[in-house]
Order: sequence, then C-alpha cells, then structure tokens
Amino acid sequence: MKESALLEMRNIHKSFPGVRALQGVDFTLRKGEVHALMGENGAGKSTLIKVLTGVYEKDEGQISLEGSVATIRSPQDAQKVGISTVYQEITLCPNLSVAENIFIGRTKSVYQNWKKMNADTEKILQSLDIPAKATQQLESCSIAVQQMIAIARAVDMDCKVLILDEPTSSLDEQEVAKLFKLMRELKAKGVGIIFVTHFLDQVYEVCDTITVMRDGKLVGEYPIKDLPRVQLVSKMLGKELDDMADIQSEAPKFERKEGSVPVLEAEGLVSDAGIKPFDFHIDKGEVNGFTGLLGSGRSECVRAIFGADRVLGGTVKKDGKVIKINKPLDAMKNGIAYLPEDRKIDGIVGDLSVRDNLILAQQVLKGFFRPFSKAEANKFADEYIKLLSIKTASADTPIKSLSGGNQQKVILARWLLTHPEYLILDEPTRGIDVGTKVDIQKLVLKLASEGMSVTFISSEMDEMLRTCSRLIVMRDRRVVGELTGDDLNQNKVMGTIAGGDK
Amino acid sequence: MHKEMKKSNNGNFFSRIVRQQMFIPIFALLILVIFNIIMDPSFLEITLGTNNLGNPVLGGYLIRILDNGSEVAILAIGMTLVTAASGGQDISVGAAVAIAGSVLLRVLCGGDTRAETLQSPVILAFLVSCIVAMLFGAFNGVLVAYFRIQPMVATLILYTAGRSIAAWVNNNELPIVSEQSFKYFGGYIPGIPIPTPFFIMLACVIIMCLVLKFTNLRLYTQAVGINENSSKLNGLNPALIKVLTFVILGLCVAVVGLIKVSRNSTINYSVIAKDIEMDAILAVALGGNALGGGKFNMIASVLGAYVIQLLTTTLYKFNVQSDALPAYKAVVVIILVVISAPTVRAWFTSMMKKFQTKEVA
Repeated sequence: MKESALLEMRNIHKSFPGVRALQGVDFTLRKGEVHALMGENGAGKSTLIKVLTGVYEKDEGQISLEGSVATIRSPQDAQKVGISTVYQEITLCPNLSVAENIFIGRTKSVYQNWKKMNADTEKILQSLDIPAKATQQLESCSIAVQQMIAIARAVDMDCKVLILDEPTSSLDEQEVAKLFKLMRELKAKGVGIIFVTHFLDQVYEVCDTITVMRDGKLVGEYPIKDLPRVQLVSKMLGKELDDMADIQSEAPKFERKEGSVPVLEAEGLVSDAGIKPFDFHIDKGEVNGFTGLLGSGRSECVRAIFGADRVLGGTVKKDGKVIKINKPLDAMKNGIAYLPEDRKIDGIVGDLSVRDNLILAQQVLKGFFRPFSKAEANKFADEYIKLLSIKTASADTPIKSLSGGNQQKVILARWLLTHPEYLILDEPTRGIDVGTKVDIQKLVLKLASEGMSVTFISSEMDEMLRTCSRLIVMRDRRVVGELTGDDLNQNKVMGTIAGGDK
Repeated sequence: MHKEMKKSNNGNFFSRIVRQQMFIPIFALLILVIFNIIMDPSFLEITLGTNNLGNPVLGGYLIRILDNGSEVAILAIGMTLVTAASGGQDISVGAAVAIAGSVLLRVLCGGDTRAETLQSPVILAFLVSCIVAMLFGAFNGVLVAYFRIQPMVATLILYTAGRSIAAWVNNNELPIVSEQSFKYFGGYIPGIPIPTPFFIMLACVIIMCLVLKFTNLRLYTQAVGINENSSKLNGLNPALIKVLTFVILGLCVAVVGLIKVSRNSTINYSVIAKDIEMDAILAVALGGNALGGGKFNMIASVLGAYVIQLLTTTLYKFNVQSDALPAYKAVVVIILVVISAPTVRAWFTSMMKKFQTKEVA
C-alpha cells in the first residue's frame, strides 16, 4: 500500500500563542481511499486541515504530494496542486447558476463561451450523476445537491485530494446516501478523500481508514476493520479499554424516594435543532448528565428543555403539572437555569461590566420597571465575587477582560443568583484551568446536596463520572441509553456511546 | 523626585481624560468656542432685547446655538437608543418629523388651512402626532427587528415616502396657524427671555435620565446591542426591545415636529427638518458612541448635537454659503471621527507619555 501514497504529511507542528495545536502529526492518504479524520474538540483536526489547505502556515514538517514535496502557502496554492475542500457551510454563490458556480474564477480569458460552459457543466453533472441542470439557479437546489455541486467543482479542477469537512451535518438520511454514492464514485476514479465527521455510523459505512487525533497529537492510523467502534471511541476520548482503567462512578449514590414526583419531566420533546424526540426526567437533588461524542445532540437536548431552540413538540411537566416552555423566559420563571455551551457567543455580554453580567438574568426575572438599585447590584456582585472567588479588578471591569474561567464563574453566578430549582450546565469546564474545574465540580455536588437538581454536560468523562449519578447516552442525535449505579463506568459508557457492533 | 511624581500623576490624569467617552464632544466644543472667541470676541456676548411682540428675549450666538441645536439634541436621544440596540441608524427621522408636523397642523386646523382659531387644543394635536410618529417608529422597528432588514435600508422606505405622506395628510395644502400662543413652543414664552426649545430639550433629557434610572432600558438595550444570543438566553426579547427603541425615537420625532412647526406656524413639506437625520446620527457618533451598537452615553450624544450646531453657526458666521456648508462640515467631521478612532487615541496617549518623560529628563 505504501507505494501508492498520494499525500503524505510528516511531523507537522503548529503553535498558536499559548497553545501547541499540532505536535508532530503524521498523516497519509492513498489513492482511491476514503480516510476518516476523527477526534474530539481541540484534537487538532481542523488545524491539520487548515495547514493542508494553506489557511495556516505550518511551523515545521513536510507535506508531499505524489512523492514530491509541495509548498502550500495559501488556499490558491492548495488548489493548484490539487487539494480541494468542501466545507460544512456551502461556500458557493446561491444567486448564480450551477454552471457559473462550477466555473467561477477559473476562466483565463476575458470572454466567456457560455454555451460551452453550460455544455461542460451538463457533462460533469451527468458523469457524477448529480440531479441538477447547468442553468438552474444554485439556490433552487437542495442542500445536498448544492454540496454535490461544490464537490463537482472541486473534482473538475483536477483535484487529487478532496477534503470533506462535516458535509453531512445538515443533510437528511437520503441525502447522505446520495452523497456517499458520489464519494464512492470518486474513490473509484482514484481520488483520495479526507472525511471529517462526528457521525460514527457514517464512518463505518463509507471509510477505509481512520486516523485518530487527540490533544494535537496523532493517536494512530487504523484500517477500518481493525478498529471496532468501542476502540475508536476509547481512542478518541483517550481512555484505555482494560480492566485496570475501569473507573467506577465516584458520585454519591442518589436514592430516589418512593412515589416522589420528578422536578422536571419531559416526554417526546423535540426542537428544530435536528434531534430525535426524547424523554427526560430529573428528581430533586439529583445530578444527571448527557453524554456522547461531539455533535451527538447533547447540547440540543438541554437547549430544548430550556426553550433556547424552537420547541416543536412534546410535553413538559414540573412537579407533576404540565407547563409550557416556548422561550427561555418561560423556563426561567419555572426555576430553570441554563449555562450555555459557548461562553463567548451565548454567555457573556462582553462590553458590559461584571456586575451587569451577573445581575442580568435575575434582573430580567424581576422585570423592566423594577431595576436593582446600584447598592443592591453591588451587594450581589460583591457577594458572588467572594463566594465563587472570581478574580476581577472590580465589579465595574468589562467581563471580556477576565480570563475564561472567571468569565464562566460570572455566568454561573448569574444563574445562581436566580436561585433555580433546576440548573443546566452545558460544558461549564471547557477551556478553563484545572483549579476552576475542580471548584465547579465541587460546587455542583454541594448544590445538589442542598436540594438543587443539576444536569451536567462535559466532554471529559472523568468529570461526568465524578459528578453524575445517572448518565443519558446519546449517539447521532438520539438517546441510546441510560446508565445508573454499577453501569456507571468508563467501559460501559464508551460501549454505549459506540453502539453498533459491540 | 517630587516633581517627577507629580508629572507622572499628571500623565495618568491626562491619559485617563483622553480615554473618557465625554472627551471628544467636550474637546470639540472647547476648540470651537476658543476659535470663535479668538476670531470674534463678541461671540460670548449675550444681549437682552425685545422681539416684535415686545417681550424681552436674550440674543447672541450662544443663545442661538442653544435654541437651534435643541431639535438635533432631542433626536440624538432617541437615535442613541436605536443605535445601541440595533447597531444601526434610522435615516427617516427628517421625513418622520414632516409627518408628525403635518399631523399636528391637520388636527390643529381641523382641515381648514386658514382657520382663524385653533380647532382643537394643542395638547390633543400633539398627542395625536405623538401616536402617529410612534406608529411609524414601530413600523421601522418591526422591519428591523422581526424582518431583520438592515436599519438603514429599512428606514430608507420611510425616508423616501415620508414627505409625500406628510403632504398627503393635509391634501398637499399648507395650513397656517394664526394663533399666537402656538408660537411659544418654537419661540419664546412671554416674560421668559430664554428660547422655549431649550427648555423642551432639557425636559426631554431629564425625562430620559429618569427613565434610564427607574427602568432597565439601559441594561436591556446594551445587552441586546452587544450580544443578542446571550440576551435571548437570559429571557430578554431582543426584537421587542429593538422595536421599543424605535418607538421612543418616534416620540422624540413628534416633539421635534412640534418645535419645527411652531417656529414657522406652518410647514414646508420638502424643507422641514431636511437632513436632520444626518446631524442626529453625527451627534451620536460625536458623542463617542459606537455606531455598531452596545454601550452608550446619552449626555455625550446631546453634547454632540450642540457641537454640530456650534459648527454650523461658526461656518455661517464666516459667511460660508449654505450650499457649501455640508462640505465644510464633512471636513470637520472627518477630523473629529479620526481623532476619536481608538488607534489614534492610543497613539495620542503614548505620544503624551513620551513627551512628558522627555520633559522630565
């Protein structure tokens, strides 16, 4: 196999200020191969791809294409040597025709032979079996077809290496099938395809080889038949699957009182974020968690509970009574608090002071005409800055100038100030220092012991096992299992996440 | 040693002032005033005369500036809020002033363009024009907040159609109010030598300050302007808050409509409040507020409005043709905006420091 290597990346290094994003990564792609690039958040997948496509310049290492060293300094360079990328979002022009999209920016002369261009386009579309017309406006095609046209454009530019960066995220099952058919055809033509996705099923359906990355390092390259799903999951998460590492749940056991009514109960809840309907319940003082790989739909579930996405169906009961949650304010009024996954986009209000950020949710609950006095606001701010030991110059400091961990603490304080009955923490420990992580875990357990119900989501399984007494497992946007008691150990969790051929 | 300490303190003090948001409008105001005093020492003079009704009135450049700058100042209040929440500007306020003024006259004259007496009390006419102006504000707001059209594009509709609507309200006739007391709002109240528009502006500013103190308008608009996603997850309704700011601007528009119509006792649909939207937006910018939304300083905007008026008056004083006025204004505005750019400010601060350390050495 080695002799037919199409693309070889050797010992690639890339650092950003404060982060070593890639450390000595090797990657090999062969002719006519679909190669999955797998890894959790921060594994370095996208950095590797950006190095390959010339978006970033590598610090060290060598890229060779068909045996000869290639210098790639810009996306144009990458295209010239035959490396094309199709991104998750369509990067074509929706208001142009299919033919124009395929040929845009590629004509050398000032004049354009429209007839020839359209005829060529028809030929390409036919050869790849794409159901579209050359003169059709791109907008009028379905997302899947648009994606295929993006691929067709890449293929027509004599690409040898095709990078598909999460192309299936916005497609339904039939569309995915069409895309896979196209991928197989390209494979037969000798194109090497790098496939980045979060969907395990799709990897096993279409790929030949898997390269796993973690924390900017290469974990290994495996032929697909040698790497069962459970192994893949364990490699991605960096947990060995042996008896020694059979970490048991350290969370205090939660005993459900007989006949008690759940604090919150949801049935058939479904939102417009693409998750399958799910059931959910949580008791007073319980800590549970959603687990699954990135993109499995764990955040979408809690967002549906909070009303952050548009809820399409299902019933929600609080203390046994049916309630309606259509928007976050409804949830807040029912004593639900939600710390969002992406602190920068959904959490902080950057230019506002720590104090304003801290009182925001409680202030909204209190109402437009009843603002807190300056003294009250300062009292709250001082109280929580002390309680959570938030490091800030003063309560007047803009929150954006705080460190990530301290920003997170302010957002946490914002929700604690509302004294919720049910607190949802979506990745509260991402991108923050170890000390703060431990603080937050301890706080979660303390709050639960005081009677608060908490849902905790984290990419780090240790954290989940340490804090949650019940885990809801998700895969490919549906709930696939629920683990409690003795089942709460790494092997079992990874097995459930992987599913399929166990 | 002691001297050095003092110097460095001075430097800190200076750089702190330069970083203040109020620095730009106050700085511009001072420069213009000093320039005027040097060129014409009579600039600061305030004279007491009588107008043609025999009432005592104060005269002089300063009074004229306070009088004529009031309209832009009032609009700047609403424009500041709209800018903060939506990150865009309303360019239809001039046309909306025409509509508000036209509605006011229509109600006052009751359809009879040469009515000898007022057909309805001024307060009623004003309330009706307020409601109409707020409705048009809400129209703009809905386009921006719910249909997610860019504010400038959304308000372009009313900018284009507004003056025709204003003319249509009065069947394209020009009603004239002969009642003398109606002139008070844009002129002088008998016995009080200070122009009324200044008092109206003051009242608007005070009311707005009270609203900002006793409601969460400031927190909500700023939160929505800075991070809409986050605001939504904190239970706010960003769309509603944006519409609210446009409605408040509508209220400001109605007040300006009253002053403008009262000044002339009649209306000229194509000229009334012409280009005032640009001045109002400029006032917000001169006040050091980010035109992309977010944190705002209301008082700075109001000061910005008076800077513009001061500039206009200065230019008139030097016999600049009214056609050429915008070009001169533009030059000054470029200078002010460049000065207020963060990079230039940072450069200025660092130069200040260098200068001071050199002096010490």
